Amino acid sequence: MNPEQNSAGLSWLFRMAWRDGRASLKRLALFMSAIVLGIAALVSIQNFGKTLEETISGQSRELMGSDFLIDSDHPANERVQGIIDSLGGEQSREVNFVSMALFPGKEGSKLIRVRAMDGEYPFYGVLSTRPDVASERYQADGSALVDATLMVQFGLQPGDSIKIGDRIFPIGGSLLEAPGNTVVSTSVAPAVWIPFNTLDQTGLIQTGSRLQYNYYFKVDPSMDLEKLYTSIDPVLDDEGADLDLHTDTSRRLGRRFENVGRFLKLVAFIALLLGCLGIASSVHIYMKEKRASIAILKCLGASRKQTMAIFLIQIAGIGLLGGILGAALGLILQQVFPQFVQDFLPVELAWETHWGPVLLGVGLGVLMAVLFGLLPLLKSWFISPLSVLRISEGDTRGSKRLTAFVFALIALGIWAAAALLLENATRAFWFVLGIAVTFMILAGIAWGLMRLIRRFFPHNWGFEARQSLLNLFRPNNQTLVLVLAIGIGTFLISTLYFTQDMLLARAEIEDDTPAANLILLDVQAEQEGEVEAMIRPRGLPVLENIPIVTMRLDQIEDQKVETIRKDTTSTINGWILNHEFRVTYRDSLIPSEQLVDGEWISTFEDKSGPVPISLSDNVARDAQVWVGDTLVFNVQGVLMETVVASIRSVDWGRLQLNFSIVFPEGVLEDAPRFHVLTTYAEGETESAVFQQELVKSFPNISVLDVRQLLSAVGDILEKLSWVIRFMAFFSILTGFIVLLGAVRTSKFQRIRESVLLRTLGARGRQIRRIAIMEYLFLGGIGSLMGVLLSLLGTQLLAYGVFELSFTPSWIPFLVVFPGITLTVLTIGLLNSQGVLSSPPLEVLRKEGV
Amino acid sequence: MSKILNVQHLGKSYLSGGKSLTVLDDISFEVASGTSYAIVGPSGSGKTTLLGLCAGLDTPDTGTVALCGSHLTELDEDGRASLRNKKVGFIFQNFQLLPTLSALENVSVPLELRGTKGAANTARTLLEKVGLGDRTHHYPSQLSGGEQQRVALARAFANRPEILFADEPTGNLDEETGERVVELLFNLNKEAGTTLIIVTHDLNLARRCDGLMRLKGGRIFNSETASHP
Repeated sequence: MNPEQNSAGLSWLFRMAWRDGRASLKRLALFMSAIVLGIAALVSIQNFGKTLEETISGQSRELMGSDFLIDSDHPANERVQGIIDSLGGEQSREVNFVSMALFPGKEGSKLIRVRAMDGEYPFYGVLSTRPDVASERYQADGSALVDATLMVQFGLQPGDSIKIGDRIFPIGGSLLEAPGNTVVSTSVAPAVWIPFNTLDQTGLIQTGSRLQYNYYFKVDPSMDLEKLYTSIDPVLDDEGADLDLHTDTSRRLGRRFENVGRFLKLVAFIALLLGCLGIASSVHIYMKEKRASIAILKCLGASRKQTMAIFLIQIAGIGLLGGILGAALGLILQQVFPQFVQDFLPVELAWETHWGPVLLGVGLGVLMAVLFGLLPLLKSWFISPLSVLRISEGDTRGSKRLTAFVFALIALGIWAAAALLLENATRAFWFVLGIAVTFMILAGIAWGLMRLIRRFFPHNWGFEARQSLLNLFRPNNQTLVLVLAIGIGTFLISTLYFTQDMLLARAEIEDDTPAANLILLDVQAEQEGEVEAMIRPRGLPVLENIPIVTMRLDQIEDQKVETIRKDTTSTINGWILNHEFRVTYRDSLIPSEQLVDGEWISTFEDKSGPVPISLSDNVARDAQVWVGDTLVFNVQGVLMETVVASIRSVDWGRLQLNFSIVFPEGVLEDAPRFHVLTTYAEGETESAVFQQELVKSFPNISVLDVRQLLSAVGDILEKLSWVIRFMAFFSILTGFIVLLGAVRTSKFQRIRESVLLRTLGARGRQIRRIAIMEYLFLGGIGSLMGVLLSLLGTQLLAYGVFELSFTPSWIPFLVVFPGITLTVLTIGLLNSQGVLSSPPLEVLRKEGV
Repeated sequence: MSKILNVQHLGKSYLSGGKSLTVLDDISFEVASGTSYAIVGPSGSGKTTLLGLCAGLDTPDTGTVALCGSHLTELDEDGRASLRNKKVGFIFQNFQLLPTLSALENVSVPLELRGTKGAANTARTLLEKVGLGDRTHHYPSQLSGGEQQRVALARAFANRPEILFADEPTGNLDEETGERVVELLFNLNKEAGTTLIIVTHDLNLARRCDGLMRLKGGRIFNSETASHP
């Protein structure tokens, strides 16, 4: 039976929420800052991602410079040329390849990407040069457009010369901007544009030259490109060519940024999760402080729903405000991203506000605040009005069923948010499960620890040490909450560190790379001896001389490649069928290789039967062949039957020449081949002089300067790691707030005890020591467990998500573990400072104990 | 005279250190409407627990409480809250004002909960009546103990309660201020015709009431009706 409820309506609830909240703003600031940081990280990443996605897809024609292109690694044959001719519209041809350039009158040489162009390319986007007219004239006056950075590097001016192969070009102007160019893509081999009709005069079209033929098209806007793709791409495939629509380019580019984007989203989500812990911990403190007010309100006749609603409105309001502030901060922050990543992007990013991420951020702010505030808020339901009298009615823990329900709601909320961000419900499920398991393990450890201390209590320890241990399991202790908060915070921070470390380490060049620092590419068979003769007299070693023979697959088992191409049910990867393989022969494995199956054959002595070859595991997987299967190769017109004798795993990350197909010695020695030679030049000058003279004598040879390459890669990594560290900073800052909240949570019990001890005559030093030991213990256990769990977590991430091997660094153990332990100690002591330095009565009065 | 409070065979135990501790045992008494009644007894005698049960702040283990015609054991938590809002007022030893609300807002709360229009004006009048017309926008922390208790008095009478429960109303005040607050309490009570139940140690205060009950060890030691008018 329930008499009519009181008549106070919704407006009263809002009024009360405001009246009560305005006085608590300072206390709620901690709660709000946790939300602000989490949401800011999320909105900045989401908004930046959206801007990037829209810019890329909106500028797809400008990125390609055309509506579509046909590309191939060999000149168009009759059939392909027929298709090209039939397509009409405006057309442009390009041959591009890597070569060396010399600058007559200047010192030094440089690896460049030559783009021999004809026609009006680009049809879309800009070809920006200085002077402007250079881009219009270079085709007619036979000049070259040289990458602007390269011009600065060699002190070149328009009118100077550049020698590519056998031809010297006047420099028409510097190339500032071209479709698809990025600072990073041009840092190793900057682009030089030359007229197509001068290509033959360079003399660089030779065996082994890695040439890319592109045919660009601008067609009537009404043409259905997708239909065109469906009808002619299969035909082009048969001829080893490919049709790329402008939309494919932007899709590919989008995919390239997807991995980085996914990682950054994970980082942002971790910041938000840490923020959520901050929310739970702050609301816990807040509701503790509000206990008396809740009892008074109930005593005055407010219902349980009304009292809970007042604080729910406050928390949702703070969530909303935090969400808005966080979204605004996120929008400001995302302006910083283009500065970090612009060099990786072929498009100019403009600062845009997307309302989707903003609304998502604000919505998540409210949702997460309410969800994570719900558990401590629920306690208000069970606070008895009897608390206003002097009776301690003790238990306000409430019903287990309700608590379980709230936990389920929280898990559902995290899952929904994760699914929304990661755009993958299954991955989000595993993520939530991982977090839940981590919580359970940490809670189990904290619980087990308290049991152990009780069981094996060190009664013979001194008073201070005993007291600090006793504090861990006093009534209403916060040990579990603290170890959980510290542990989860540490877990997330060090998982972030381990993951970042793993990703960056993958990209780094290992210390044990071969000593070679100059790699000579495209050395023709007949030049091999002469080049060696040029290297040795200078006192430089010839470290490796690797022969390379190009070939294509003709048959897999008993099926011709053309038949497999036409077979729509075939699951063999298409690239295998069209690729021109660069194959070497040698008698042994190299350090980056490991035999995983079959037998390594060093020499083909029995000249009858198929040639026993070795495949890398990825090629074997994509071609779907195993040891014992036969493959027929077309070696420049000659068909050669082979059998897979072994399969190797290859560490492609090593900076050395790796091959997917290796022949034994005694087979390809007479085939048309070219060589790669490696050497080592100690000083930069020595290296530059050698390169210059080599290019003068052998214009077709390209030199890869590993020293320059490493410095370029180093720059790229530095920029990338900045983005990651910038985002990680948010998580760490949020983690700090969580720690502050967690330590404050236990402040109330601590104050009561400290004051009592001081009243009984304990000196400040003794109380301080008790506090130090207790915080050290809590911080140490929580952070150590966090780091150890993150080791396990990262191992799982490495295996399941990134598919990388993971060797943990010592930094989290040496920095994160003691760092967080000391932070807990510092925050704890700062929080207790007032208690330690003031007279007991003053503290009692101030804290209302 | 009708009975506003009827307590029959009331019993209450708490768990203490795993053992059941009987705080109240078989308490029965009645209070007539419009009278004042004091509950006295030493610390731990169960008088505050009795006050909490009579006001519907807690539920008994045995027995019944009928308050303003409603059987409290038949109401749920929110039902009892609603009854308190409409018919019951409280005065506490430590004032129990909402610290984040001003004096005026504190007095307005019971009126707002009832949906009374012009709550602020009524609250202002009540504050003037207790002599705090110039302190309406002060927060509890800006008021002295006596002033806080006067705000509590104004709040207690704000919803024109049928019965007022006072728990050691002078317990946190000095003698002089305590006397002034008691004077004010009885005057307001007389003016409003409210039933007053006071829990106190102070026998002088108890003797000003119409009835008196002594508790000892959770049982009624004796009860009497005062001789004064």
